[in-house]
Amino acid sequence: MSADFLYGIEVILNGLMAGVMYALVALGFVLIFKASGIFNFAQGVMALFAALTLVGIMEGQVPFSHLINEVFGTEVHHFGWHVPALLAIAITLFVMVAFAWAVQKFLFKHLVGQEPIILFMATIGLAYFLEGFGDLMWGSNIKTLNLGLPQGGSRVIEDMTAKLGGDDFYGFFIDKLDIVATGVAIVLVLSLICFSQFTKQGRAMRAVADDHQAALSVGISLNFIWVLVWSLAGLVALVAGVMWGAKSGVQFSLSLIALKALPVLMLGGFTSIPGAIVGGLIIGVGEKLFEYLIGPMVGGATENWFAYVLALAFLVFRPQGLFGEKIIERV
Amino acid sequence: MFYREAGDFKTSYEADSQTFPIAFDRYRYWFVLAVAFLVIPFVINDYWANALLIPFLIYAIAAIGLNILTGYCGQVSLGTGAFMAVGAYACYKLMTAFPEINILLHILLSGVVTAVVGAAFGLPSLRIKGFYLAVATLAAQFFLVWLFNKVPWFYNNSASGQISAPERFVFDIAVTGPNTKAWAAYLVCLVFVTLSAIVARNLTRGSMGRRWMAIRDMDIAAEIIGVNPLKAKLSAFAVSSFFVGISGALFFAVYLGAVEVGEVFGINKSFLVLFMIIIGGLGSIFGAFAGAAFLVCLPVVLKVIGVDLFGWPPDLVAHFQLVIIGLLIMFFLIKEPHGLAQLWRVAKEKLRLWPFPY
Repeated sequence: MSADFLYGIEVILNGLMAGVMYALVALGFVLIFKASGIFNFAQGVMALFAALTLVGIMEGQVPFSHLINEVFGTEVHHFGWHVPALLAIAITLFVMVAFAWAVQKFLFKHLVGQEPIILFMATIGLAYFLEGFGDLMWGSNIKTLNLGLPQGGSRVIEDMTAKLGGDDFYGFFIDKLDIVATGVAIVLVLSLICFSQFTKQGRAMRAVADDHQAALSVGISLNFIWVLVWSLAGLVALVAGVMWGAKSGVQFSLSLIALKALPVLMLGGFTSIPGAIVGGLIIGVGEKLFEYLIGPMVGGATENWFAYVLALAFLVFRPQGLFGEKIIERV
Repeated sequence: MFYREAGDFKTSYEADSQTFPIAFDRYRYWFVLAVAFLVIPFVINDYWANALLIPFLIYAIAAIGLNILTGYCGQVSLGTGAFMAVGAYACYKLMTAFPEINILLHILLSGVVTAVVGAAFGLPSLRIKGFYLAVATLAAQFFLVWLFNKVPWFYNNSASGQISAPERFVFDIAVTGPNTKAWAAYLVCLVFVTLSAIVARNLTRGSMGRRWMAIRDMDIAAEIIGVNPLKAKLSAFAVSSFFVGISGALFFAVYLGAVEVGEVFGINKSFLVLFMIIIGGLGSIFGAFAGAAFLVCLPVVLKVIGVDLFGWPPDLVAHFQLVIIGLLIMFFLIKEPHGLAQLWRVAKEKLRLWPFPY
């Protein structure tokens, strides 16, 4: 096998891993869109907020310390303790559930029956709010998230594949974190599927996604389901935040992964969980391959837009995405 | 009492179909124009011009443009920033390639260039609808910004990758470049805003605007009653991009003078203009002005209160600003999803009856 071909395979493998990370974010979108018809632009910021909260709790930061110090002239920054990771994750989950409840109670309860574009705008407002709130609470400096997840390239895989393509081929470079992320994503998706297929709440969730009014008339509480869905989206956001945060530090740019997830959604369809996964993989591989093959010819940095153009070209032929519900229009 | 139609007899079709049917509105309109053209240029200073008035005017043009597309034709676009960049770069290329031609003409021409680009990116709207389209317009946003960064022809191979406006004159008065007086820049923007608003207002209440609104309300039904969706949607994209392109050209040439495309015309700009028309009111020219004024003033007001009054550090105020903007957007959407323009309409209805309730 020639070295170029092997490099291509390496690019594809890395693209698959990146695709899993995109799919993680896209999952949160799909969950909320399916259940409530809300296109939740705040998903990326939720991931950022979850990661910020997790780091803040683990390091024992005092929330709003900057503000408190400014108003009262004090100098508090840390409680001086370190919370173990598992407990911190539990507390963060609790925070995300509380957030889901608050969003439902103070925002979307008052917007029932509005047009989708209004709901979409409301989530953009929510994104702004949450971004400012997270910064106020935990400060806007870059933080490192240290959960003890493995980092760096995997030696084993590198040694195993070395020399495959002749003497100057050093083997595949695959980040261990990406492997962990893939595992976590698979577990997450499987448990989400199990939850929605085999539990009472999951069935109620699917019923709401199918038809709000019919679900309401058989006694399902829409309010509860929406809080549940937003909490699940919060959980997905936390996982995505942890993975991306461990990869590149917890900082503002984390919220931009929402923009990476949008083409994934378009490609896979807004209403399909498998679509989010498959779309993520296609986009991940596609953009890495394009950057590898065509990128050098046109000056590089094509990853910003390639996913969108791919999704756009795809949608022209299939307007509802790969797995989306068929769009039926009636007059 | 004074704000009603009673006693104002229309004797011709022109009078009957005028923009402002109520006499008081007409006087108000001329009064606002007179103040804007005859008073403000003499009292304006650099701070007011650069912090408030010029950005307000330029964003108002962009908001009018986006409002035509989103408010009147129902096609949500998140590519406004990129189309502004097209206008800016077209203006730059025209300014440097044909220095002897009047800058005002260049600005108009950059609107035309943007209209062509916008119509091209509007083509998918024939197949893709709703949120899918909104996300698809992001393709324009990212692709165009990348293109302007990567192809040296667009920035004339300048070392920094920036474009900066050379000095140009109208009636021997500098309107671009470092020596521009605040009032000159203000007047250029004002002329374009006034013309844009008049053109947009008359387009949207003519047959073209009705076709757009039919498409917005239900495109299949519109198609059945004989509206050509291809023409209607593409014309909406083209007209909208024309205004957005003009605003981008003004933003670059008159307001900033030098532009780094990723920073100035990034996705945040698209969202900002979208916020303006949502807060101002979808499908209303007045709403475009109200939304632009609101979102231009808000950060300035917050900064004055936070930094100057309370003496807080700027980064804390910046965080608060995000929180407050987010809260305000949510509050507006809950209380008045039809925006400031709706409040204005309600106020006018009340005023017509005042002081007698019936």
